[in-house]
This record gives sequence, structure tokens and C-alpha cells, in this order.
Amino acid sequence: MKIVKLPRQNLGEFIARLSSFGDIHAPTRRGDGSFAFAPVTNVSEIALSCTRTILPLKKYFVRPEEVMFNFSAQRGYEAPSQEAERRLVVFGAHPCDIHGLKILDLVFGGRCADSYYFARKNRVAVIGLDCMPDEYCFCRSTGTDFVDSGFDLFLSDIDGAYLVRIGTSRGDDMAVAAQSLFQEVQQRDREAYKAKSIRRRESFQTEIQLQDLPEIMDLEYENEVWQEVAEKCLSCGTCSMVCPTCYCYAVFDEIKLDGSGGQRKRRWDSCLFKDYALVAGGHNFRAKRASRVKNRYFHKQRGFVSQYGRPSCVGCGRCKAYCPAGVDILEVVQKLRSETRV
Amino acid sequence: MSNHQSCPECPNAYLPHPARIIRTLPQITDHQLFQIRFDDEKMARDFTYRPGQFVMLSVVGTGEAPFSISSSPTRPGVIELCVRRIGHVTGALFNLAPNARVGVRGPYGNGFPLEKLEGNNLLLVAGGLGMAPLRSLLWYALDNRSKFQTITLMYGAKNPDEMLFKYELLNLIDRADVNCLLTVDKDKSGIWKGRVGVVTGLFDGLQIDPAHTYAAICGPEVMFRFVLKKLLERNFSKDRILMSLERNMQCGVGKCGHCMIGYKYTCLDGPIFTYWDAINLPEMI
Repeated sequence: MKIVKLPRQNLGEFIARLSSFGDIHAPTRRGDGSFAFAPVTNVSEIALSCTRTILPLKKYFVRPEEVMFNFSAQRGYEAPSQEAERRLVVFGAHPCDIHGLKILDLVFGGRCADSYYFARKNRVAVIGLDCMPDEYCFCRSTGTDFVDSGFDLFLSDIDGAYLVRIGTSRGDDMAVAAQSLFQEVQQRDREAYKAKSIRRRESFQTEIQLQDLPEIMDLEYENEVWQEVAEKCLSCGTCSMVCPTCYCYAVFDEIKLDGSGGQRKRRWDSCLFKDYALVAGGHNFRAKRASRVKNRYFHKQRGFVSQYGRPSCVGCGRCKAYCPAGVDILEVVQKLRSETRV
Repeated sequence: MSNHQSCPECPNAYLPHPARIIRTLPQITDHQLFQIRFDDEKMARDFTYRPGQFVMLSVVGTGEAPFSISSSPTRPGVIELCVRRIGHVTGALFNLAPNARVGVRGPYGNGFPLEKLEGNNLLLVAGGLGMAPLRSLLWYALDNRSKFQTITLMYGAKNPDEMLFKYELLNLIDRADVNCLLTVDKDKSGIWKGRVGVVTGLFDGLQIDPAHTYAAICGPEVMFRFVLKKLLERNFSKDRILMSLERNMQCGVGKCGHCMIGYKYTCLDGPIFTYWDAINLPEMI
């Protein structure tokens, strides 16, 4: 992989030059300790040391609510053109977030690929930025603390400069457009990178053992922890909305007041919502909250492994950090595991 | 990066294709058989599917819902959906004018494993609306009669007025190459000349070789349980028992998440599952 060096004082100019590739979005401060990806025009607006944004990158690829088709009795269903959508450069994506996108690629790809998602993949460039873990981060346990693809550029902070890995042809175009801002990587930069890597590894405060979790989940299918979590859980769906890999959506039609046509839309859904598995006629396959809570964990840590060969958790810590009821994935997993210890 | 960078190459998987309801055949109260033909002639001719698969049907202005296909791919040109008026989309479907425009996409799901079924005896067991997907397999097998050994249909309805495809199935009773066993739970009217009792009663006296038979079951949950018991008593292997399941489906292609059971998507890995699958997935039945 091609790697160049960007001195820190050139970052502002680099960000400015990226604007020819699209509107720049980056983590911005929203409140005390809360951050959100939002449009920026100047590097001073970017919260460079932000650990996590409330919503992950998925909002740029699957909108919280979006139009799938315009319809009318005469014309049938027509997908809106995405050509009119603006090109974006999302700056400041952490490794876990990029891994989240790679998981969404698996889900939305395949035989019946989701054309909306992949159209956006073409229109949105991703520039990664390394980070230091806080007490919620467990990406080291999920193997998502480093990333080697899924970004156009990836910046690693090495005190006074950034090492910039170039991941795609589009990323290379960006580097070429800002060529004068870059320098060659020196031996001391390589050493600085390696030292930082060790420092980062040693900074993790949270660990979770996931390797044999699918088997343990099968063993503990009837564990009372599901009922315990259900008594805390509000079924609010926050964990699904903030999860980088939760992709479920609900489809609904809206008609214009004059009845001349309407729109088929989809919006983010959560398997914790009561009507998630409800079918016509009133039968609900997961009427009980405990069964919905169990399904969410089971799908991420057990079902996804069977389907795609890996769990669909990237260790970002959002579900724990933003749960209004204090449900903690680490605690749930530890309970499942410790109860199996003789 | 992904293999789907170029969008013109991936057509929109969710786009409903224009079609019309060319005939509506009333069945029983709140159930109708809709004959649907795609507007595009080539699509109408070439649309093929496996028995057990489903389509997503859109009623313009109301929404989209999954329906199992009741017709057989051996009779192309139209697809038939047997629908119960039970919700938002079906309510609107029943109110459509003749020749109304609808949208159809599919077929989706695995369907019955025909390659495995061929050369075997078939035992179809249906209850109530469960006849809808099994009718596709029944006509497929009858239209490819030489590919199968014995064919037995067991179908139970609550009463004679609630038997789907009643005249079509009554016409099979004297057909020599199929064993058509029909029953009703109750018959207050006294018009029913056939058997009265639950569908599991039809197993009494039935000679069938479980090692060379596939059983396909579809019906209400309670029927599943009793029929499974009968089949297991007769030493049916768990992967020779096939079941068609229902779930909330909103995309049909394994993206929206709603039909997930444990680690299977009903829309991709099903809706036809073996009893062995069901044992592995505690939520399934």
C-alpha cells in the first residue's frame, strides 16, 4: 500500500483541497462529550480527537429515511435518480466504523445487491483517522482495531504529522491533487508509527472474549440473563440506531393527499420494536421483550457468524454508551460466559 | 472494496414489475384466487419459479406483502396467488377493480427441493390456507407424474364451506394416479359426503414407506405439531419432512432483517425448511 506523510500544519490546507471531491463531513462537537458527523468547511470545526460520534457512518449510505420509489397508478414504480445527490468526503472515520461499512457491504451485496447502498458507495469517499480507545471501546477484542481496506485514505497521527495510507484509486487522486502538501515517509516516522501502535494497544481498558461465543450462545439459549436484560431494556431501539452494523429497515408507502400518487419509503428499524416480527392477522413471532433482546444478541454473535463467517459487532461501544437503561453488552456476554464456568 | 461499484450493472432488486389481475376466482369467505399476468409479454411467458417460492405483491398506494405462489410453473403465462383478506395490503387487493394494475417482483425463497423429491413418494399434508403453497407442488407433481412414485394429498378444512380449491380437489378423488384424502373437522350442514375429523386421522390405515417418501406440511401451528408427531411415529427422517413457514417479510432478498429466525432468513434460506432445520432453530415452530 502506498503511504505518504502529511505534516500536521498542512491538514487544514489538505481538507480545503478535498472539497473538489465533494462536501466535507467530519465529526463535530454537539454537546458535552457528544459528537456527530456533520458538514464542515474548515479544519477548526473538526473534533479531531473525538472517540465516537453518536451515529456511525451508515447514515451516509442507508439514510434514516429514504425514498425507494415514486409511484402513481399510471406510471407504476420509478426509483428516484441518485445522480442529483451531492458527492461527499467523510473525514475522520475510525477503524471500527470502516469495519462496520465492510459488514454492510456483505449484507447489501450478494445476488440481489441493494442498488441504493452501492450508488452511495460510489458518491461518498471515506477518509479514516486513527483514534485512542476509551473505557467503552472493545474493538481490539472484535479484531476491528485496525483496518486495511474499505477507505480511500487513512490517516494515522504520529505526533506532528499523519502517515497517510492510500487505499483506492480515488484516494490516490486526492493525494495527487494535494501532492505539494505531502512528504516522503522517513525512518523515524516508521518508528513513531510503531511506538504509537504499541501505546494504543496498551490503552485498551475493556476486553471481551468472543471466539467461542456462538457455541456458548447455543448452550445458554435458555439462560435467565435474557429475562434480566428484558426487565431493564426499554425496547427503544437506540442500540440499533447507533450500531454501525444494524441494517434492518421497514418499508412503507405514503400517498399524496390528492391521491394522485405517492412514495415507497424505507426507514431504519429495530428488532427490539414490538411490531418487528408481527405478521398480518396479528400473530407476533417475538411478542415478548426477552425474545427480542435474545434475538438481537443471537443474530449479531451467532447468526451472523453462520451466515457471513464473522460476528456483526465491531466493538465501537455505542450500544453501551448510549443505552438509556444502562444495558451493557460486555456484562451480558460475561454473564453468559461465567455461568458456564464450573 | 465491494464488487458492486458500478450501478448500471445492478438493477434495482426492489422494483415491482407492472402486472394485472386478469381474473379473480372467489374461493371461500375472505379468500380469493388472483390470476396475475405481467404486462411485459416476454416476462409473462418466461417467468418461472419453483413450487414453494413466493412473490412480493404491491398494491399501488397501499404497500407490498409476500404471497406464496399457488400455481405451478408447468402452467406458465399467469401466476396464481391464493389470498386471505387479513391485513392492510390484502384488504386493498380485494377492493381492486377487474384488470387492475399491481406490481410483482420475485420469485423469492428456496422453494421445494425438487431434485431431491423426484423419484420419491410425495405426501402432502395441508390445513386451511396451507393448501396455497402445496397446490403448486401438487400440480407440479401431477404435471410431471412420471418423475414421482406415489402421490398422496391430505387436506383438512374446518368445514366444507372453508375448503380451498374444493371442486378442483374433489375432481382428483377418482383420479387413479393420486391418492386425494380430504377431511373436514365438522359438517353441520350435512352436505359433506367425505370424511369428518382432523387431518391426522387420515394417517390411519395409510401405507407409506418413510425411507422413500418426502412429506411436505403447511398449515396452522397446532396442525404442524400433530402431523410431525404422526410422521415421526412412522419413522420419517427429520430431513424428509419439509415445512413452509410464514414470517414478516419486507424485502424478500435478505436485507431488511424482519424474517430472520436464529441464523436463517426465511426469505433466502426458506420459506421451505426441514424439520431438522426447525429443531436447530428454537424459534421456528
